[in-house]
Amino acid sequence: MIGKKDLEHMAWLSRLELSGEDKERYTPKLNSVLDYFSELDEIDTDGIEPAYHVLPVSNVFREDEVSVPTCSLSQEEALSNSPKKQDGFFKAPRMM
Amino acid sequence: MYENPDGVMIGLEVHVQLNKLKTKIFCGCATDYHKDPPNSHVCPVCLGLPGSLPVINKKAVEAAIKVGLALNCRIEEYTQFYRKNYYYPDLPKGFQISQYDFPIASKGQIIIEGEDGELIVRITRAHLEEDPGRLVHEGTIDRSKYTLIDYNRSGMALLEIVSDPDLRSPKEARRYLDKLRNILEYLDVFDGDLEGALRVDANISIMGGQRAEIKNISSHKGAERALLFEIVRQKNVVRRGGVVVQETRHFDEAREITLSMRTKEEAHDYRYFPEPDLMPLKVSGWAPEIKETLPELPDARRMRFIKQYGITDDQAKSLTGELVWADYYEQVLKIYENEYGEKLDPKFAAAWINDYLKGEMNYRGSTLTYAVGKVSHHLIWHEYTVAILGLLKHEKITDDNAVIIFRNLLDSPRGGSDWRPVKKAADSAENYVMRILEEKGLLKVEGDIVETAAFEAINENPQAVADYKAGKEKALNSLVGAVMKKTKGGADARKVREILLVKLG
Amino acid sequence: MWAGINELMERIHASSSEEVVSEYFERIESSKLNAFITLSKESALLRAREIDSKAHDGSLAGIPVAIKDNISTKGTLTTCGSRILTGYVPPYDAHVIEKLKGAGAVIIGKTNMDEFAMGTSTETSFFGAARNPWDLERVPGGSSGGSAAAVAGGEVPIALGSDTGGSVRCPASFCGVVGLKPTYGVVSRYGLVSYANSLEQIGPFATNVRDVAALFDVIAGYDARDSTSVQREMNYSSELRNEVSGLRIGIPEEYFGEGTDENVEKAVRNGIHTLEDLGADLAEVKMPHTKYALSAYYIIAMSEASSNLARFDGMRYGLRTDDSDWHTTFSQVRAAGFGDEVKRRILLGTYALSAGYHDKYYLKALRVRTLIKQDFERAFRDVDVLITPTMPYPAFRLGEKIDDPLSLYLADVDTVPINLAGVPSISVPCGFSQGLPIGMQIIGRHFDEAAILRAAYTFEENTDFHTRRPGGI
Ligand SMILES: [Zn+2]
Repeated sequence: MIGKKDLEHMAWLSRLELSGEDKERYTPKLNSVLDYFSELDEIDTDGIEPAYHVLPVSNVFREDEVSVPTCSLSQEEALSNSPKKQDGFFKAPRMM
Repeated sequence: MYENPDGVMIGLEVHVQLNKLKTKIFCGCATDYHKDPPNSHVCPVCLGLPGSLPVINKKAVEAAIKVGLALNCRIEEYTQFYRKNYYYPDLPKGFQISQYDFPIASKGQIIIEGEDGELIVRITRAHLEEDPGRLVHEGTIDRSKYTLIDYNRSGMALLEIVSDPDLRSPKEARRYLDKLRNILEYLDVFDGDLEGALRVDANISIMGGQRAEIKNISSHKGAERALLFEIVRQKNVVRRGGVVVQETRHFDEAREITLSMRTKEEAHDYRYFPEPDLMPLKVSGWAPEIKETLPELPDARRMRFIKQYGITDDQAKSLTGELVWADYYEQVLKIYENEYGEKLDPKFAAAWINDYLKGEMNYRGSTLTYAVGKVSHHLIWHEYTVAILGLLKHEKITDDNAVIIFRNLLDSPRGGSDWRPVKKAADSAENYVMRILEEKGLLKVEGDIVETAAFEAINENPQAVADYKAGKEKALNSLVGAVMKKTKGGADARKVREILLVKLG
Repeated sequence: MWAGINELMERIHASSSEEVVSEYFERIESSKLNAFITLSKESALLRAREIDSKAHDGSLAGIPVAIKDNISTKGTLTTCGSRILTGYVPPYDAHVIEKLKGAGAVIIGKTNMDEFAMGTSTETSFFGAARNPWDLERVPGGSSGGSAAAVAGGEVPIALGSDTGGSVRCPASFCGVVGLKPTYGVVSRYGLVSYANSLEQIGPFATNVRDVAALFDVIAGYDARDSTSVQREMNYSSELRNEVSGLRIGIPEEYFGEGTDENVEKAVRNGIHTLEDLGADLAEVKMPHTKYALSAYYIIAMSEASSNLARFDGMRYGLRTDDSDWHTTFSQVRAAGFGDEVKRRILLGTYALSAGYHDKYYLKALRVRTLIKQDFERAFRDVDVLITPTMPYPAFRLGEKIDDPLSLYLADVDTVPINLAGVPSISVPCGFSQGLPIGMQIIGRHFDEAAILRAAYTFEENTDFHTRRPGGI
C-alpha cells in the first residue's frame, strides 16, 4: 500500500508537484490498482525468464555514417519549439 | 613499502568520449561539433524529441570491445542497454541510455607506476552510454541566474571505465589517468586534446570512512588537485571530531576546491530497466577478430624501445608515454635510413628528440601534435629533423646551430608552415636547412674566420690571457665564449678551444 | 459519405481530390463528434490540388486520411491530447507519414485521443472527450477514439491509430469499424510518441477490411530508424480472399468469462459459427494465464510510460511555467501539463520500478508476460487464428467510468494479452446490442496478418454488419 510518504517520494522521483488535495484524491485510486496487481503474487514464476522483448532479435546496428538530411536539424529547427532560448542555446532555469 | 598514512582509497570513473567515431552513439549526427555554434549538430534523436528512437552505432560497440581487450577485460557474451532514469537539464529524455547488469566489458586491469613500484589497478567494468548535453552557466553554477543548454554533445558515445578503489594517493590517480589516456590514444578511439574528451568522477575516502564522490573533473591535473583538496578537507572534518558524510561534491576548477551539492534532494533511485527500443547485443564473438587488430600498446612498445634501440628506460617511458612522440621517433629513424642509406644511431636520435626537443616543447607549453598539426604538411617536421640530425652527424653544423634552427622552427609564427615543404622543394631538406643557416648568418664557421676571431679575442682580453697563463684554467672559457660570440655560435666550440690552446702556447 | 477507397478513387478520377477533400471538411466542420484536435484544411487542399495536377500517382492518391495526434507530423501540431505539448510542432515526419505522403494520401488532420494514449474512452484528452457516432452520450472507445469516430462518422475514409493495449481495436469495436493491430515490429514506430514501447504498434482504421489492408500495405515495412522494425516484404491486399475452408479457429473460453455482456458473447459466437458454416474448423483452446494479463500489461505499460514521459519538462518544447530553480520548474511544468490519469500512471510506473518494488512488480510482470506468450505459442500449434470478443461490452456512457480508473482498466481485458504477446489482431463489426456496435477480435500468429485479414474479409463478405451506419449524426 502506498502511504503519504511513498506518494511524495514517487512524486519527487517523477518531478510532479502534487497539491495536498491531489494526494488525497490519488492515494485510494492508486491503492485500489496496486491491490488488483497483487493477484500476480498467486502465480509461481520461478525459473521463468522475463520477456523484455517479444521478438527474439539481437545485434541491430547502424553503420557509423553521417545521415544528412534525414537526421540533422538546423539550429533554427532545433530551437523552433523552445519556450525560452538565448544566443542559440535552450534556456533553462537556474541550477541552485 | 608505501605506508598510505591516511588510509586513502580512491576509485575513478572515467568517461571517455569516443570522439574518433564519425557519428554519435544512437543517431547519425556528426561528431565534429567542437568549433560550431550550439545546437547545430542535433537531430530528433539526440534532442530527445517525442517519437524519436535510438539505433546503436556498430563502430561504438567495436571501439568498446577494443578498449575492453586492451584493459585485459572480459567481454560479456550478452550485453544490453538500460535506461538510467533521473532528471537534469542536460538530459534531453529524462533518462540516460547506459548499461547496468551485463556491461560490455568487466574485470580488467591497468598497471601503473605506484608510490612504491608497480601497482595493479583493477578495472571493475567498462560500459557504453550516451553523453548528456553541455550546460553553460553565467559565472558559477551556484550563482548563475539561468542555465544555457547546448545539445551538440548530447548523444556522443561515452565509454565509462570504472576502477576499483585501488589508488592510494592523488599522484597515483594522476598516473592512472595518464596511463589510461596513453592506452586510449594508442587504440585510436579518442582524441584527448578535444574539449570534454575525458571527464572524471572520483570516489575518495580516508581511514575507512564514508566516501565522497567528486564530479566535474575535466583534466588529469584537476583530478590531482581535487583529490588533494578533498583529502585535506576530510582530514579536517575528522580532526574536528566530525564524520565524513557520503555525498556528491562539485569540483570548482577555477578555485581548486570541492563544493557540496547541498540540496534537499532525496536519495537517487535510477530505476534501471532494459531500453525497450534497443535489442540486446551478443557480440563477444567479435572479440578474437578485434584482438587481432589491437596495436602494440604502450608497455610493450617501451620494452621494445629499450631492447631494440638501447635507449634508457626513462627515455623509452617518455617517448612511448605519448603516441605521437613514439611514432615521431621511429619515423625519424626510418626516414633517416631511407635518406642517407645508413642507420641513425638511435641513442643519438633519442638524445635530441626526447631529451632536447621534447623539453623544448614542454617549456613552450607546446605539444608535438600541436606543432605538427599547425603545419599543413606534417612531414616538414620529420624531414627537417632528419636533415638537422644528418648535418650534425656529418659535422656540418654544430649543436648550437641545431638548437637555433629547432628554435626557429618552433618560434616561427606558423610553427614552421612558413618553411618550405621539403617534398615540394627542388633540393633536399639538408640544402634547405643549410641555406637558411647561411641566410641568417648562422652557418658553421671554420678556417680563417675562426683563426681571426681567436686572434682578436686574445688581443681584446689581456686579463683573461694573463689569468690563464697564471694557471686559472677557467679563464680559457671566457676566451672561448668571446670567439663564439664573434662567430655568432657558428664555430665548433671544441675546435675553438684547440685553436686557442695552440695560440696561447 | 462512408465511401471506400475504390469508390473515392473513381470519384477523384471523375472530378478531383480537391472536391472530395472539401466535402469531407464540410462534414467535419458541422460535426458534433470532437474527433479532431487539429485540422489541416489549407495544407490538405493544397496537397489535393497538387495531386490533381500530377495524374494521381500512388495507391492512395488524393485519398483523405486522418492521423492520431501522437504521430509526428512535420509542420503540424502534435499534442498527444495533452496540455504539456502546447504549441509543439515536430520538425520531422514519422515513418508512416513519409509512407502516406509517398502513396499520395492527403492528411486532413490530427485526431482526438486519450492523453498520451492512456485511456479506453478518449475522455482523458485535454481537448475534451470525443463522441461515439452511434450515441453522442457514449464514448467512442480509446485511446484512438478520434480516429475511429471520424471513420465511423463518415468524416474520413481511413485513419491511423496506435494500439498499446487495445487502443485501435477498442474504438473500432465501439464505433463499428475495422481496426488492425499489426505484429510488433511490422510498422515502424519512428515518430510515434511512445507510451509503452515494447507493446505498441501503429494500426489502420477503415469501414471495411479491404481498405484496412490497403492502408496497412502503405504503412508496413522495414525502417532502419526503429531497431525493433522487422524486414518482411508482403502485399496484404493481394492475400484477401473470400475463403476460410480448412481454417482452424481456436476459441479460448477464458475470453468469454465473467463480465462479458450477454449480447456481446452471443454476437461473437454467432460470428464464429458464420465462419464455421463457411468451412472453417473450430477448436477449443486453453490460455490459462489470460487472467493475469491485465495486471502484467498495466505494470509494464506504466513502468515504460513513467520513463517515456520524463522528457516532457518544458525545456525544449511544450508548456513552460514561470522559472524558479530547475527542480521546482520541472515539477511545476509537469504538474500543470499532465492530466490526472497520466500523473497516476507515471506515479504507479515509478513505484513499480523503484528500489524495493522492481522485482515484485516490474520483473514479475515480465515473467508473467513470458507465460502469456507461451499460452499463445501453444494455442497456435493447433489453430491458425483465435477469435474472441474485442471488448467485453459495447460503448459505455461518457463519465460512467472515468472516476474509477480500475474499472476502466478492466475494459481492456480482452485486448491487452495480444500486445503482451506481440501478435497481430483485427476487430471487425459482428453485431449490435441496443443499437451499439459489437466487435469481434481475430488474432493471428506473429507476422500472419494475412490469415486474420482473410478471415475478417471472408466474414465481411458474408455478413452486412459493416455496412450499417449511425443515424443520429
Ligand atoms: Zn542526433
